[in-house]
Amino acid sequence: MSMKQRDQQRDQVFTRRALLLGGAKLGLFSALVGRLYYLQVVEAERYKVLAEDNRINLKLLAPPRGRILDRFGEPLALNRLNYRVVIVAEQARDVEHTLDQLAQLIEVTDADRRRVMRDVRKKRAFVPVTVRENLNWDDVSKIEINAPDLPGVSIDVGQSRFYPHTEAVGHILGYVGAVSETELTGEPLLELPEFRIGKNGMEKTRDLDLRGAAGASQVEVNAVGRVIRELNRQDAIPGKDVELTLDIGLQEFTRQRIGDESAAAVVMDIHTGEVLAMVSAPAFDPNLFSHGLNARDWEEFLANPKQPLNNKAIQGQYPPGSTFKMMTALAALDAGVITPATIVNCPGHYALGDRQWYCWKYKGGHGSVDLAFAIKQSCDCFFYETAKRVGIDKLAAMAKRFGMGARLGLDIPGERPGNIPTRDWMLATRGHPWTQGETLNAGIGQGMVLVTPLQLAVMTARIANGGYAVVPHLTRAVGGKPAENVKQPAFPSLGVNPAVMSHVFNGMVAVCNDPRGTAFRSRIAEPGLEMAGKTGSAQVRRVSAAERDHDVRRKDAEIPWRERDHALFISFAPIQAPRYACAVVVEHGLHGSDTAAPIARDVLLEAQKRDLGRQPPGRIAGEPKAAG
Amino acid sequence: MLASFNTGRQGMPLLRKIWQINWSLVVLLLVLASVGFVMLYSAAGGSLEPWAVRQIARAGMGLVLMIVVALVDIRFWMRWAYAGYFVALLMLIGVELQGSIGMGAQRWLDLGVTQIQPSEVMKIALVLALARWFHGASIEDVGRLTYLVAPVALVGAPVALVMKQPDLGTALMLLMGTAGMLFVVGVRWWKFALGFAGVIAAVPLGWNLLRDYQKARVLTFLDPTRDPLGAGYHIIQSKIALGSGGTFGKGFLQGTQSHLNFLPEKQTDFIFTMFAEEFGMLGSLTLLGLYLLMMVYGYAIAFRSTSQFGRLVAIGIVTAVFLAMFINIAMVMGLIPAKGSTLPMVSYGGSSLVVTMIGFGLLIGVWVHRDVRIGRRVGED
Repeated sequence: MSMKQRDQQRDQVFTRRALLLGGAKLGLFSALVGRLYYLQVVEAERYKVLAEDNRINLKLLAPPRGRILDRFGEPLALNRLNYRVVIVAEQARDVEHTLDQLAQLIEVTDADRRRVMRDVRKKRAFVPVTVRENLNWDDVSKIEINAPDLPGVSIDVGQSRFYPHTEAVGHILGYVGAVSETELTGEPLLELPEFRIGKNGMEKTRDLDLRGAAGASQVEVNAVGRVIRELNRQDAIPGKDVELTLDIGLQEFTRQRIGDESAAAVVMDIHTGEVLAMVSAPAFDPNLFSHGLNARDWEEFLANPKQPLNNKAIQGQYPPGSTFKMMTALAALDAGVITPATIVNCPGHYALGDRQWYCWKYKGGHGSVDLAFAIKQSCDCFFYETAKRVGIDKLAAMAKRFGMGARLGLDIPGERPGNIPTRDWMLATRGHPWTQGETLNAGIGQGMVLVTPLQLAVMTARIANGGYAVVPHLTRAVGGKPAENVKQPAFPSLGVNPAVMSHVFNGMVAVCNDPRGTAFRSRIAEPGLEMAGKTGSAQVRRVSAAERDHDVRRKDAEIPWRERDHALFISFAPIQAPRYACAVVVEHGLHGSDTAAPIARDVLLEAQKRDLGRQPPGRIAGEPKAAG
Repeated sequence: MLASFNTGRQGMPLLRKIWQINWSLVVLLLVLASVGFVMLYSAAGGSLEPWAVRQIARAGMGLVLMIVVALVDIRFWMRWAYAGYFVALLMLIGVELQGSIGMGAQRWLDLGVTQIQPSEVMKIALVLALARWFHGASIEDVGRLTYLVAPVALVGAPVALVMKQPDLGTALMLLMGTAGMLFVVGVRWWKFALGFAGVIAAVPLGWNLLRDYQKARVLTFLDPTRDPLGAGYHIIQSKIALGSGGTFGKGFLQGTQSHLNFLPEKQTDFIFTMFAEEFGMLGSLTLLGLYLLMMVYGYAIAFRSTSQFGRLVAIGIVTAVFLAMFINIAMVMGLIPAKGSTLPMVSYGGSSLVVTMIGFGLLIGVWVHRDVRIGRRVGED
């Protein structure tokens, strides 16, 4: 083979192979084109969504919480600006040094400092870290003036819940707190770290109304999450204002009138069921909770024998004592087992079987007693006899008709049902049959009968309004519109004969206005404002026969506080055209006439005076306005 | 070297040589480089600093070097091919020594004034050395197994060195580029199969020589999802950027993935992604078209060249550039696993750009000297 032929052969091989190699490269080119087509045309939409997800962060904007107002529009719960001093690490350069300088202006504790340094290390450099919260205006101005010397330090404004009337309405309003794990519902608002929800009281019941709706801000962020700009913004819808039936003036008055006693008082409108005042003392300041209660305060609350965290008006269950005699009288009259003319002899004690039941006036007794006198003087013997005649089941039925023995459905949480015993209940819970002796005890509101102060007020209201099943409520309006539970104020009749009702009604009038009535000393003397009422004392400790027989009952002052009787008083006013019912329970207050009745008198007088010409019924005070 | 501008019997006057330069190819290359300038301007958020300005300066230097290389007589390059290869090999060994002192991956050789990447230089040097070896070989020579020992050694040494860096991408490029050249000189199919088998057999042997951190790097190269916050994350973001560009792109300077830093290393490895995000399918097809056109030029030059050396240099250079382009684009599209590859002529990086342009200088040189006849042995002409 010649050199030339060899070269030709080599050239041919080269040409063929080079074309093959070029073809292979074209193939790879096609693979690239195909992949491009797949990514940029076929899958383009999916990747566009992913790119937007990358780029756009949705930031929730928390709505300002609605206010809680009293019936005249006075704010009871509102949002206060919370000034925070924050530091941004990337602007501060030397965070330690900046904190030193800040500490010369405002107090920065070592704990604050450690927390700040830890957060600075943990978070990205452009995220503000809170140094201190709830600054006063002095501190804020000091920092603002020195701003040039404090690189990276700025004042940030948030909102925190504020209760201007502090403990007077603590039990009703409840408080707000951070969302706990179990309260998460999937609602994104709840996952905001600063978000607070109602934990108790009205804040809890009306939480959804007060909460409002979240707004959203669409921001463009880069790969490390820094916000570049805002793209779109939808402002939050503020929570609705909730207007209560309370008159904060009357509430404050009642709270002050109770003073240091451990007591509960409820004032309500007997026609509408509006609760005008509801006090439980001692109370707590809900502001303590909105900043997060410290452990020491919590321990103190728990250790206090007067139980400040308890709302005694709806959670305290007490034997109603003589205030329950109204039910005994009504049940007996209604059943026809007594008439107003029925006479019972009271020698100071009452025998049933081989046991003696004593009247409170066990020395001498009341003599011959009719119904009017028995109510006026609270004669126990008369009601032992009356209760024996009517029987426990009819008595219990009447008590239930007047709102006892079950929750009334008040619109704050925690209400307790009390207890109205029956034969069936006895068998079911205690496992032994009812005895007649227990009927006698129940007839004077002792034994197993338990009621709450709210139930006492409702019972009184139902007597005062002529026998209508008024139901109490606290919410008057939400967002300027009447609340759902006050749209129908026409309550059904309880079906008790008006004539029967009037005997009891008149009996209560006599208690306060007849010189021999048990509460005559606590009457309202001002013409047209007179009240009617009934005293009661609930035994906490059984008086032993030995004590009674040997007349060694101790002087009141000698009895330890915990063993003293509870003092009760129920009342309504004015007697000509009743409008307000009031129930007062003073724990271990000894006698209803001495401690509870004067409080009720002052409160009812104040209620009547306050209301004169002030408020057209049914008008809503709080117009819808933006909160905060 | 200046003397060689005008040596030999077929020596041309310098002006005629300049006239002979394939200026349309030069323009094509400058267009590709300009795509790089534009994208570097965008990558900096609409600023010439810090990348575009330096890239333009290096491209200017590269252009001068490219023209000078093209004008030097092709026989000069053939004469010095082996010497150049050994210089490149020494540089690679130098990098290896530096690396063993400095721990970790070391690909750059610090020459004091400037840093160069010897593996880039080796891509060109290997093409020249192989072209010279096969220049005088007849089909019979190529058919002898013993004749292939030298070329296998020529590629084996640098591959072993870059593998140790470890730079698996470059090692594969050297191997595949060499395979391409062996293919066009007519090495039998079954020998490729044998070679392939040999490489596979060598894998476990080479694997044991690697240190643990090197093994980890190789594994991450092969499977980026091993490192979900690193390479794997980058590829995912790159695909999002590409896909979201759609048909027409988001517009110049409007690429959200790139400008909000979701896309990493957008000035180097992921510059194609950024381009595709901002200019869409139409833009990326145009860019691919430019590379295709460049390849067509390369093949035309190879077919037109009289000397076997010239043809092999042309095929070798075009194949090397093609492989670099393909690996980079396929990598950013998630077709193949890879790390640390750049897009030739476009990515930021002085060493890569200048060396690539010198390679193209050789290609243009082949065109300028297409009619120069070279004897079978050096000096025999």
